[in-house]
Amino acid sequence: MSGNERYVTNADLGGTTGHGAIEHDDERVVFHHQWEARVLAMTVAAGASGKWTLDMSRRYRETLPDYADLSYYEIWEAGLERLLVDRGLVTADELAAGHALVKPLEGIRVLKAERVAAGMRSGSSTERQVSALPRFAVGDLVRTRADRVDHHTRLPSYAAGKIGRIERLHGPHVFADSHAHDLGEQPAWLYGVVFDAAELWDDAAPRPDAAPRQSVLIDAWESYLEPVDERDT
Amino acid sequence: MDGHDHHHEHEHADDHSELGPMDVRVRALETLLTEKGYIDPAALDELIDTYQTRVGPRNGARVVARAWVDPEFRDWLRRDGTAAIASLDYGGRQGEHMIAVEQTDHTHNIVACTLCSCYPWPVLGLPPTWYKSAPYRSRVVRDPRGVLAEFGMTLPDEVEVRVWDSTAEIRYLVIPQRPAGTDDWTEEQLAELVTRDSMIGVGVPLDPMSLGDHELSST
Repeated sequence: MSGNERYVTNADLGGTTGHGAIEHDDERVVFHHQWEARVLAMTVAAGASGKWTLDMSRRYRETLPDYADLSYYEIWEAGLERLLVDRGLVTADELAAGHALVKPLEGIRVLKAERVAAGMRSGSSTERQVSALPRFAVGDLVRTRADRVDHHTRLPSYAAGKIGRIERLHGPHVFADSHAHDLGEQPAWLYGVVFDAAELWDDAAPRPDAAPRQSVLIDAWESYLEPVDERDT
Repeated sequence: MDGHDHHHEHEHADDHSELGPMDVRVRALETLLTEKGYIDPAALDELIDTYQTRVGPRNGARVVARAWVDPEFRDWLRRDGTAAIASLDYGGRQGEHMIAVEQTDHTHNIVACTLCSCYPWPVLGLPPTWYKSAPYRSRVVRDPRGVLAEFGMTLPDEVEVRVWDSTAEIRYLVIPQRPAGTDDWTEEQLAELVTRDSMIGVGVPLDPMSLGDHELSST
């Protein structure tokens, strides 16, 4: 979906190691720097332009080459700059100058202060209607896609090629993989799929038989899944 | 007036003495987008104020407290989290599709987003830095008990740990167990016990004994 270049995400962190300790913070601290607040607000406000989708924003952030070296809001800021240039809202020269040099794009929706509360309150549902019936039912065993794909996807690599069980049927939702690449919503059935930890982490150190039970649930679109015959397991 | 002048002084100080590279870069971007007519700076102020003062974990705490005192609401929350939460007027961006998951004696739930930072904004506000950072995202799915230990929690071996990795647009809110000894507490008092971390699953509500009579009577 992304042409000839290989799609590389730097955000698929589940199960990776070597990231150090968790630095807990107080629940009253929302932003650590004033600029972080401006980045959050600019990202939300610019998103209202209608020139890209949330899935596209994620694609632009996760493919930043220096993703691992940036703080969270540095990632957002860099992702926003790339989107603004690629979608033709600003030029690289304007970013460098910090001022407008050419005429703005026409037809850009602007989020006004008085519309903020209503806009945030209504949000934007990703649930859609589809004519196809769901392929799987709650309780079915499924195997997730094992092959790597050359586009944005929401199947974490730790859960690729693994057997899980359908636990929830969420309804049809906008398909992130296509939506992130400007290929339309292509809504498809979304499922909550649960995996036993032993299925996910088979390279982990052997566990004693009485190991505490552990499971992980992911939300997976139907095309991530194929049926598994219960008798084969 | 005093408050305004005070605020202005801070901004002034920022202007001249504490500008880091990101301050400069972000200001340049905001100037550019404003000159182009793409953003309304007043809308940015409004967005920031929304998530700094109005939409945060106190919203989720009210949902939890209602679930603790009202069995019908709890049932509704189980059946249709989005609708039940909307009845308290919480919903919208990053909470369009809500599922509430309950802590029990048998199952302990933890919410994460290993791929980015998905989080139920309408009930918890913006995610904390640790939730969005590599250490939590990488480890929580593989070693949730180790992560809980870092948050100071140890679970009995017989309790199943369930991690909810928010990989689509479904958002999860953990409903912690109601602390013992709170039978005669009001809903408002109970909400005071509910912490952000307990609604992510990496903490438990405050100990009722930690809130003295004085604090209770003043709420």
